[in-house]
Amino acid sequence: MASQGLTGSRIRERRLMRGIRQAELAREIGISASYLNLIEHNRRRIGGKLLLDIAEMLGVAPQMLTQGAEAALVASLREAGEAAGLSRTEADRVEDFAGRFPGWAETLSTGHRRIASLERTIETLSDRMAHDPQLAASLYELLSTAAAIRSTAAILAETKDLDRSQQDRFHENMDQDSARLSDSAKRLVQFLDAEPTETAASSPTEEVEAFLSDNNYFFPELEGGEVGIEAVLETSERSMSADAKKMAGKILQQIVKDGKTLPTASLRKVVSNTGIDPLQLAQSLSVPVSLVLRRLANIPEYGLGLVVCDRSGSLVFRKPIEGFNIPRFGAACPLWPLFQALTMPGQILARQMTQLGRDSAVFDVFAVSETVVETQYNMPPLVFGSMLICPSGSALSDLHGQNMEIVGPTCRVCPRKGCNARREPSILTENFAM
Amino acid sequence: MGHHVLLVEDEQNIVEAMRFLLSREGWRVDTHSDGATALDTIRANGPDLVVLDYMLPGRSGLEILSDLRALPEYSDLPVLMLTARGQARDREQAEKAGVSRFMTKPFSNTEVLNAVRDLMRAKLQ
Repeated sequence: MASQGLTGSRIRERRLMRGIRQAELAREIGISASYLNLIEHNRRRIGGKLLLDIAEMLGVAPQMLTQGAEAALVASLREAGEAAGLSRTEADRVEDFAGRFPGWAETLSTGHRRIASLERTIETLSDRMAHDPQLAASLYELLSTAAAIRSTAAILAETKDLDRSQQDRFHENMDQDSARLSDSAKRLVQFLDAEPTETAASSPTEEVEAFLSDNNYFFPELEGGEVGIEAVLETSERSMSADAKKMAGKILQQIVKDGKTLPTASLRKVVSNTGIDPLQLAQSLSVPVSLVLRRLANIPEYGLGLVVCDRSGSLVFRKPIEGFNIPRFGAACPLWPLFQALTMPGQILARQMTQLGRDSAVFDVFAVSETVVETQYNMPPLVFGSMLICPSGSALSDLHGQNMEIVGPTCRVCPRKGCNARREPSILTENFAM
Repeated sequence: MGHHVLLVEDEQNIVEAMRFLLSREGWRVDTHSDGATALDTIRANGPDLVVLDYMLPGRSGLEILSDLRALPEYSDLPVLMLTARGQARDREQAEKAGVSRFMTKPFSNTEVLNAVRDLMRAKLQ
């Protein structure tokens, strides 16, 4: 049943909640009880003054009785139903449920949103706990130092015949270790106190991503040659470590190089005529597809995501996009077309894809691999895979009609069951079978 | 002089404490702090027992242990692994690699001494 046809169900529900009899409400708004009955059973459409009068009588905003007020609620309930694996028959009754039991529906929807939010936090923390080098190093250092102190303290306390020089030596060691322990504990607390947000950079990779994000991944003044890479890095408001600056400098070099081959203005002009079709763009501009993917991702108004991996499959560049989870550490889902492209040099993949998880957004993705020839003898060529991620069905891109591929983010937070590509159990699914 | 223990550990103050404890038990204690060359040192020194740290510069204790077990003459050399990595999977990996005893930091001196005594006793039986 169409959502707008359920206004009657909602009127009935609100009326019953307020304890008003059908005949009483009909009389107050000047219609017959039988006509109101037809409205409440969604057999007569309602709008205009009559809707306003009923809303006033029921003490709710008119939009609460119409589709718009509950569209988001229904969408949220649908997501909750899909996540719970409800049957199609049950899922099709979502609007009826929302209309008849608005209070319960809101409770369920709020719970679903809360779960999604907690899952996001778990994913972030899991990533950090499992792969963050700073956290792991801090914890191990703390434990090692504690081991040294415990052992030394026990020797001092329990050995009665320790000579003076040995005593001095062990006291000195304890003094050093207690200072180390204090420093390690402070660093750990600082780290744990930081909110697990996008801005809490704790490794050079995260620092670089935060820097790029600050600039919306777009450096027009650099592409125009008005300023140099050093100047961009030095004038950044974000303070970066030397390692992070080195990594960011490399990315900026690539952006400058790409910008010279395919200037932003030229690309914008062609895209305004053709939309985002990387192959067509590459052919009409006589440039490689991989370059087109990188350049498209650089232009902020398109709002596209990009991931680049090296031959080992490690992600070396991430430009995030809402609704598509790109792991910050560790390996991504091996089902991503990105990795298929890596094994099929020269083939350009265009797929419609959705990622299991909270948002179930649909994307058009384009993936290709690129070989970068080394300039030294006996050095193997470098191979990089690039995958552009575009919201599907947008004005710029629509691969509708392609077979939808379902992928995950990374095994640890992927709920997919029976996946042959799984490397490790998911923390989001109980009793998960590998 | 008693049995020979090789202590492979890069935390200098732990080395000093362990050396003191094991020496008092009458064991001869040699130490080594570099993971990359630890296997060579084990082969050159021929200890009766190795106390091996999990995380070492150059090469992990796990890799050293795996390589050691691949050598027939060291397949039953007692190895006590000390580690700050106390997760179940770390223990499982160490067991798969052939560790004789796995002990997480921070440990007590008595625990270490008992473990070394037990391993040595088992070896002599």
